[in-house]
Amino acid sequence: MKPYRMLALTIVIAAIAIWMDLPNNPGIHIAGIDREIETRLGLDLVGGVQALLEADLPEGTEIDAESMRTATRIVENRVNALGVTEAVVQQAGDRRIVVELPGETDPEKALETLKQTGLLEFVEMDYSPLPDGMIIKTDFAVGGEVESTEEQSSDEEKIYHTVMTGATIKNVGVTTGPAGGYEVAFELTDEGARLFSEYTTANSGKFLGIVLDKEVVSAPRIDEPITEGSGVIRGDFTIEEANSLAIQLRYGSLPIPFIIVESRTVGPTLGQDSLSQSLLAGVIGLTIIMLFMALYYRIPGVIADVSIIIYALLAFALFRFIPVTLTLPGIAGLILSTGSALDANILIFERLKEELRNGRRLNQAIEIAWYRAWPSIRDSNIATLITCAILFWFGSSFGATLVKGFSLTLALGVAVSLFAAAVVTRTLLRIILGYFKPVNLERWFGI
Amino acid sequence: MLDILGKRYIFWGLSLVLIIPGLILAAFGLPLAIDFTGGSLLEVRFDSGITPQPAEVIELYDSLGVEDVQVQTTGDDTIFIRSTFLDDTTRSQLISTMEEEFDDDITVLRFDSVGPTIGQEVTARAGMAIAFAAVAVVLYITFAFRGVQHAFRYGICAIIAMIHDVLIVLSLGAIGGYFFGWQIDALFLTALLTVIGFSVQDKIVVFDRIRENSSIYRRLPFDTLVNHSIVQTLQRSINTQLMTVEFMLLALALFGGVTLREFAVILMVGLFSGTYSSIFIAAPSLVVWENKEWKTWFRRGGGKEAVA
Repeated sequence: MKPYRMLALTIVIAAIAIWMDLPNNPGIHIAGIDREIETRLGLDLVGGVQALLEADLPEGTEIDAESMRTATRIVENRVNALGVTEAVVQQAGDRRIVVELPGETDPEKALETLKQTGLLEFVEMDYSPLPDGMIIKTDFAVGGEVESTEEQSSDEEKIYHTVMTGATIKNVGVTTGPAGGYEVAFELTDEGARLFSEYTTANSGKFLGIVLDKEVVSAPRIDEPITEGSGVIRGDFTIEEANSLAIQLRYGSLPIPFIIVESRTVGPTLGQDSLSQSLLAGVIGLTIIMLFMALYYRIPGVIADVSIIIYALLAFALFRFIPVTLTLPGIAGLILSTGSALDANILIFERLKEELRNGRRLNQAIEIAWYRAWPSIRDSNIATLITCAILFWFGSSFGATLVKGFSLTLALGVAVSLFAAAVVTRTLLRIILGYFKPVNLERWFGI
Repeated sequence: MLDILGKRYIFWGLSLVLIIPGLILAAFGLPLAIDFTGGSLLEVRFDSGITPQPAEVIELYDSLGVEDVQVQTTGDDTIFIRSTFLDDTTRSQLISTMEEEFDDDITVLRFDSVGPTIGQEVTARAGMAIAFAAVAVVLYITFAFRGVQHAFRYGICAIIAMIHDVLIVLSLGAIGGYFFGWQIDALFLTALLTVIGFSVQDKIVVFDRIRENSSIYRRLPFDTLVNHSIVQTLQRSINTQLMTVEFMLLALALFGGVTLREFAVILMVGLFSGTYSSIFIAAPSLVVWENKEWKTWFRRGGGKEAVA
C-alpha cells in the first residue's frame, strides 16, 4: 500500500479508537448490533466476589455434559437475580463453574444464593395473578424453619400459601398447543397428582403461581380441575422461553449437587487502591519511556512515541469493545505487551542507525531497516502468541481466570503492537522523513 | 570487538551463584501461598482502630474448629489471618462471630478460601501448561529457523535459557520468602508466566541475528558469528530492557501500591534475567553444542558444569 493510504488508515483507526475510549461512549446501536462500550474492571480492582463451584460427586464420576450446562444456566439465573451488573458465570472444565461478581458488596449473601437448592413452589394466588419476575414471600420455609409471623401485620407484604413444591414433579416437556404456540407440559408423582387434583377442583378459575426461589416464573389460570396428574402451562411462550421454563421446572434444584471449593472476596477499598495506584504508575512509567525514546532516537523516537500512544489507545479501545475485563494480571499482560511494542520500534531504529552508519541513503536505510527487523519482530511475537494460546486454554479449562486474563490481554496487546510497528511506525517514518530531509544525521537520529 | 562468548563459563558460574542459594532455601520449603496449598486468608480492618491480640484470634478460630492459624498485624487497624480451608458454614459464621466476640465493626478487605485439592491441581496444571508451551515454542522455533543448520538446537537452547530464568525467579521467591516473608501466590505465578513469555521473545531476537548473519558470513567460524550477533543486538537489548521495561516496572514498584510491589520487583529481576540469559546463556549454549564442549568439562575438572 502507498504510504498515504496507510496514513489515512492509521488516522481512521486512531479516530475510531479515540471515540471508543471516550468515557461516555454511547455504544453502538445500529442495524441489529447492540453493544455497550465501557471499561470493565475485574473484581480485584473494584472489589467483589469470585467463587468456584465443583460438582460434589465422587472423583471419577462421569458427569453428563447436559446436566453441567443446565446447572450453569440455573446458577446464572440466580446470579442475575442478585442484580450485579457484569456478573460472569462460566463452566470451567467438565465439573466446575466459575462465578464472578465484581462490585458485589455483600459476599455472604451472594455465596448463600449460589448454594441455594433451588426451590420450586406452586403458590395460591386467588384471582389476582402476580407479574413474572416479582419476588414474593411464601409460607413454605426451607429446612422446616418456621418464619416468624409477628412482623406480618406491621408491613403490608403478603405471605402466599404454598400448595406444593417441585418435589412432586416427575416429568416436564415442551409441546405445541392447539393454537400453535408453545406450552410446557408436566407430569406429577402419585402424591403430587392427588394434591393437585384436590386443589384444582376446589379452586378452579383462580390463578396458580409457579415460583422458583421465591420469584414468580409464571402465573397461569386454573381453567379446569386437573385430576389425571398432568397438565400444561400456557403462556405467550417462544420456544426458548418454553424450554427455559421446562428446565427450571425440571431442575428447580440443581441437577448436580455443588460445593464451593474456592471463594475470593476483595473489599472495595483494597480494589480501588490498587487501581488508582497502578494507573498512576502506568502514566509515570510511560512518560519516562517516551522521554527516553525522544531523547535517544530523536526523530524516530518521537515517531515511536506517537506509535505507542496509538497502540495504547487502540489496545484500550479493544478492551472496551470486546469487552475484556481488566484485572491486575491483565495489567501485567498489558505492561509486557507495551514492552514488546517498544521493542519492535527499538529493533527497527537500531537497524536504521546501523544502516545509516554504513553510509546508506536515508530512504534506502528505512526500507532495509524495516526489512531486516521484521523477521525478528514477527517470529518473537508469534512465539508469545503461541504461549498465550496455551495459557488461555489452561486458564479457561480450569477456571483460573487470573491466567486467562493475563494471556488474553497479552495476546491482544501483542497483536496491536504488531500493527503499531508494521503500519504506524513504518508509515510515519516514510512520510515524515520523506518530507523533511534531515542532513545532520547526528542531530536528528542520535547516531 | 567485545568478547562476550569467550567468558561464557564465568557468566554461567555467576548464574549458578544466584540460583543455588535460592534453590537450597526452596528445598527447605518454598513459601507457597494458599493458592497452591489450599487454605484461607482473611484480611480485616477493625473500625474502632483497636486490633485484638493474635492469641484471641487464634482462640476464636479454635472454637470454630479451624486449625493452623497464623495472625499477622499489617497496619494500625488491620490484621491478616491465615488458616486451613474453611468450609461453607464456618466461613459464613466467621465474620459475625468475630464482630460479636471483639465487639467491633469489621470491614473485610480480602477473604480467600481455597480448597486443598484445588491448590494442588492449580500447581499441576500450571506446570503442565508451561511444559506444553515450552514444547510448542521449540517446535515453532525449529520451524521458523528451518533455513539454518540444526534449527532444533535453537529451540532447545531457548528453552534451556528460559528454565534458567524460571530458576532465577523461583530462587528470588525463596529468598524473598525467607527474608521478607513473601508468599508464592497466584500473582507470583502471573509474574513467572510473564517472565517466560518475555524470555522466549527475547531469545528469538538474538537468534534472528544469528540466523541472518549465518547467511551473510558463511565462512566465519560459528563462535565468532555468534559473538558478532550478540554484540550487534546488544544496544537493542539494553534499550528495550533497561531503558523501557525496567523503568515501567520501577514506576510500578514505587507507585503501584503494596499489592503490586512484590510483583513488580519479581518482574524486574525476572525480565532482566530474560535479557541476560539471551546474551549469556542461550547464545553461548548454541556454541557449546556446536563444539560439543561437554566432552572437555570433566577432563579439565573444576566447576564448569552446565546450567540447565
